[in-house]
Amino acid sequence: MIGSPDVVAFTKEDDFGESFSDPLLLPEEFSVPLFNHAANANPWTKTSYAKFSKDFILISEFSEQVGPQPLLTIPSDPKVCGTFDLNYFSLRIMSVDYQASFVGHPPGSNYPKLNFVEDSKVVLGDSKEGAFAYVHHLTLYDLEARGFVRPFCMAYISADERKIMQQFQELSSEFSKASEFLKTGNRKAFANELEKKLKDLEYTRSVLHKETELQKMNSGCYSTQAIEKANELANVEKSIYEHKDLLRQITFYPSRKEKDMDFVQCETEKATEISAVDDTLTCNSDNAVKSVETENDNKKSTYTPQFIKAKSAKCFDKRLKTLEELCDTNVFHQTLEQLNLVEKSFRGDLCFIYTSQINRALLTKQRVTSFLFEAEADWKVETSKNFNVSSNNPPIPILNLSSEPMSLESYTTCVDVDHIKPSGESIEVPAESSTSDITQETSEAADTETKGSFSSDKSIETFGSVSPSNLQSNFFDGLERSKVSTTSSSEDQKVGKMSPHRTSDGSPAEVFGTGNLIPMDSACCIGQDGFIYEEPTPEIAQECCGDTVVNQEPLSLLHGDPTLQMDYILEHSTLVGSPNMGLTFSELNTSALSEEVARINIEDVSDSASYMSTSTSSDRAASPFTYGSVLTLKQKKKAGHNALRFIRQYPFAHQAIFCLLSGRTLVILGSDEGTVRKLVNALLIFVPNLGKYGETVQPWLSTPFQLADLQRWKLIGLQRAASPAGCSILHSLNRYSRYISILDCDNKTLRCPPYKGTLINHMADHRTQIKRGSTYFLHVQSLLTQLTAKAFLYTFCHHIHLPMDMNDQGSVTSRRTNFLLQLGYTVEESKIVQYLSELIKTHYIQGHLKGINQSFFSFNYTTSYLYKI
Amino acid sequence: MLRWILGAREAQGTVEKSAALFIGEEQPKNCFTEMQVLKGHFDIVRFLVQIDDLRFASAGDDGLVLVWNVETGELLLDLRGHTRQITAMTSYAYVRGGNTHTALITASSDRTLSLWDPDTGHRVQNVSDLQSSVKCLLVLDRLDVWLSGGNELCVWNRDFELQCKTVHHSDTGISAMVQLPKNFIAAAMDREIVIFKLNVSGSDIAVMAMRHLADHQDTIRSLINVNDGLFASGSHIGELILWDSLNWTIQAYEHILWEESAGEGQSEVRLTNQKRIERSIQHMSSDGELLVAAVGSGLCVYNVALKSVVAYRRIAHDSNFLHTVLQEDGHLMSCSEDGSVRMWELQDLPLPAEPASSGLFGMFGTFGRSSKQVCPPAKKLPEVSGLRSLELTGDLIGHSGAVQMFVSFKEKGLVTCSTDHLLIVWRDGQLQSQLRSLALFHKLEQNQGL
Repeated sequence: MIGSPDVVAFTKEDDFGESFSDPLLLPEEFSVPLFNHAANANPWTKTSYAKFSKDFILISEFSEQVGPQPLLTIPSDPKVCGTFDLNYFSLRIMSVDYQASFVGHPPGSNYPKLNFVEDSKVVLGDSKEGAFAYVHHLTLYDLEARGFVRPFCMAYISADERKIMQQFQELSSEFSKASEFLKTGNRKAFANELEKKLKDLEYTRSVLHKETELQKMNSGCYSTQAIEKANELANVEKSIYEHKDLLRQITFYPSRKEKDMDFVQCETEKATEISAVDDTLTCNSDNAVKSVETENDNKKSTYTPQFIKAKSAKCFDKRLKTLEELCDTNVFHQTLEQLNLVEKSFRGDLCFIYTSQINRALLTKQRVTSFLFEAEADWKVETSKNFNVSSNNPPIPILNLSSEPMSLESYTTCVDVDHIKPSGESIEVPAESSTSDITQETSEAADTETKGSFSSDKSIETFGSVSPSNLQSNFFDGLERSKVSTTSSSEDQKVGKMSPHRTSDGSPAEVFGTGNLIPMDSACCIGQDGFIYEEPTPEIAQECCGDTVVNQEPLSLLHGDPTLQMDYILEHSTLVGSPNMGLTFSELNTSALSEEVARINIEDVSDSASYMSTSTSSDRAASPFTYGSVLTLKQKKKAGHNALRFIRQYPFAHQAIFCLLSGRTLVILGSDEGTVRKLVNALLIFVPNLGKYGETVQPWLSTPFQLADLQRWKLIGLQRAASPAGCSILHSLNRYSRYISILDCDNKTLRCPPYKGTLINHMADHRTQIKRGSTYFLHVQSLLTQLTAKAFLYTFCHHIHLPMDMNDQGSVTSRRTNFLLQLGYTVEESKIVQYLSELIKTHYIQGHLKGINQSFFSFNYTTSYLYKI
Repeated sequence: MLRWILGAREAQGTVEKSAALFIGEEQPKNCFTEMQVLKGHFDIVRFLVQIDDLRFASAGDDGLVLVWNVETGELLLDLRGHTRQITAMTSYAYVRGGNTHTALITASSDRTLSLWDPDTGHRVQNVSDLQSSVKCLLVLDRLDVWLSGGNELCVWNRDFELQCKTVHHSDTGISAMVQLPKNFIAAAMDREIVIFKLNVSGSDIAVMAMRHLADHQDTIRSLINVNDGLFASGSHIGELILWDSLNWTIQAYEHILWEESAGEGQSEVRLTNQKRIERSIQHMSSDGELLVAAVGSGLCVYNVALKSVVAYRRIAHDSNFLHTVLQEDGHLMSCSEDGSVRMWELQDLPLPAEPASSGLFGMFGTFGRSSKQVCPPAKKLPEVSGLRSLELTGDLIGHSGAVQMFVSFKEKGLVTCSTDHLLIVWRDGQLQSQLRSLALFHKLEQNQGL
């Protein structure tokens, strides 16, 4: 738990001079932009006069029949948009489209040419409406459309201008994903459509050919009819040629994208049945190839070609395909899902988003230890799991380390280099030579158009990263940088400058699995790969623009003392623990998660169910968190409430917490299920390596537990019953009493080893002033983070673990003990650190992302005492 | 012969019991602070055989032979083939291509014998349709043959060809075999020990019974080699006999009785309530100087040279012993039907403190085999000056059924198998932690940092 919205509220201009830098202060790149509190205004009062209540996503189309029109909003609830004029806004956002005009036959070419144009990303503000929008334009192919293209745009509309500005990269990368789904599906569908059309044409040709032959045979001379037929035939031939060319173009779409294509293919296979039905419904004789059909359909049911009449229907007679038809139903829904996710993740105040982003960014730096106490819930990861097969491979950090790879400093170095990138980062691939001619042309067209709209309107439109603080100085730079530049020469130059940096940087950028961004987009996004941290500081931003050396700033951390960093994290987390904090950002994350996760869980549920069935009965249905469901932060915060009550009620809470932290299984014995479950829930937050699904906790068990259960569960709620089963439960308790601590909630006793020390006293002070459960949870988290940091230090310090020479095994133990004593830990607290350290070791060695299955079970032979209230 | 009368009063007995058995949760000398449960068997696991430094095999009533890695606890191989429970298993080292391989020979009550290659998991050889199931196996490395003992004794060569066999002996069959010098074999058959001789002439091997030693009055439970000159046998009623390996004469005879003197005076209820103290010699182990006999649920350490008992525990486990091993420098390990493994240490008893238990037993020495009680206890006391105490240093609790057997891999850990179908590897937590640290830094180096 690192980030918190409160950081914003309580951060002030530091009173220290420039000469003295407080080591406890947040490093620049993690700081949150300050709210300029003029007149002491509440930073969260809505200053805007927008006609919509909250942010939403709008998808619009520039229809060739009716012009710009809104298609749908996310969320679809009409209340969200309120009285906001969607039609007008659609007009606005579509009017800045840069490529709608460029379609059809390029001059000097006989054949229609497809443009593989990349999306454009624009920020648009309408101060009158109080609406600001991130606008993402994309084009989809449609055989019946003019020039085969249909312009669409997705817009994230918010009343907060800063949100759009500062979250530009994140928005951009998320929308790019959505756009990529659409475009991939569309290419597939378009190719299918073309194939069908080709079949039609070939069929038509054969029919015409036959007819012509017949007429030739009959009359023997060239009648007008015959000439007409011959012309018609020639037209068809030409058409076939054109369509073949189109098909070639679409299928020779850059091979880099094939992975995605494959992915979509397998996705669509499932839905083929449905779409096949759709096909039959929407087909009409006039226009046979109306809807999208997947490849599988072609294989399964052979398509019967239709005869195409020479004169096609008039433009306005035909029904245009819907977005859904354009890009396959399945893909469409996938896209909507993604957009829903986007909407959820950008919900709320900017600083919530900010802190949660920083939080996530920092968490990714802590892969080695984050499994211990952090909620694993990272929606980014979930997203990439769901949507992005190609980026499933975990990133392999390849780092150029100094000659001493084993020093602690270099560990931190690696962390920094590796994981510093914020979650919203887009892929940067060194652009190959340059983008295609078309791209340049189009962007040029776009350029003029944008400029035009900029000058003509009060709204601000720009590409790339612009933050309010450096808006003036940086605006044009950003504009210049972020576009594929207006002239090819400067473009090449820039690319040339960029690429060496990227390669020398050496860190693959796909840390967050945004592999869906196509390389061609990169030209468009060059300006976007800066860190979110950088933006608020104008000088860095300027530096970036100046010599295009981006991404270097966070490396300054390297030069700092590693312990300082640790302290910083501690400091940060203590800040988090401060009261009066908002919860929205976490709720935002978790709620965004829940839907996604629900789908994944089906497997896990069945998995764990079969896993569980051996030893336990089905009595976990009613648990506060059920097996197989992800433990969300929200649940953990509720647990914080219970924990607060627990430490106030039970004087031996310290001992109980000590047991959990030191890895000794705590059994909560009671006859009332509710009480036991509540206690389990309360103590949940103290269980290290809880697991994503709370695998290490068994909230209610009514069968005797086995040895293997002790290995698996660190917190067990156990039923006390007078039945023979209860008898054997007690027997098992007795038998394994040396490995467990027993909290009897009927008699209010605890049997466990003694604890001496101050650590847990801080963590669970029964006179604590903290009132709210969530606050307490964060307080505990901060202390646990501190503990984790120490455990990390302990684990990765060479000199205390490696024998000095061959016959030096004995001294390792004493060095370990001394080290922990120097850290100020008592014997018992040392056990905690040692336990955490063992967990870290196993986790690191096994390299499992889940890191849950510790194959062994370690314990101590210590005397237990009975504590009473 | 020495005779022991122990546990004069019942009350004393219980005191001793609790004192002996309850070590408490504080066990500073117990280094096994880590365990790993290995699941794989579906029935009682009875046999553990060490294959090499890393691997061991387990077998039991489910007919499965599983090969494990002791360090990681990984199940390496699953050797299937036997349809009924395994009755004996041994490792068999042979040289092929200059390298020493270790194979496994298993015998099952489906009357088959199999040779397994623990590297590949193949059943290299198989003999079925035996006349009786094999109860024990003995490998003679010197002759490169191996013996199977059931109702008859069979001699096999490495290619699983039957070389010779004895006539059908009895329905009880051979329960244990040890190798004696000069190609002699001692085999325990019910109450007798039969000495066989293997006549090797060229490639032919013949086996013949040389002598029947019928000195035991009850079934022989245990038969082991003590050292080059001695072997020992123990019977169901507590007779322990040391034999000369060359001329098969009795070197010492010991009748261990955990006598329950209170039984006669007390009420019948007590007798029914409390099981008669078992004095069957369940298992023996020796390091050449000392011999440990697990007698019922008690433990007795016998000095072979002095021919006297040096330490004992009348009740060392809550239930009958199943296996015991004497380790180096006076450490003992034992497992029992009560599901625990206990570790003992032989400690020199300071003389003044020794009489603490001297009141409880008397020692009577006569030569001959009658069980006459002659002398008063005090008389022989000086002889006992070498008496040492057997201190419980730790116990391992994990299994929920009888612990059948254990195999120690020194610092790599201890493997136990049990009737609860589980195997547990017990490890030294400190050492494992250090090993993990080494592995961590190794991986760190490989990964070029975090």
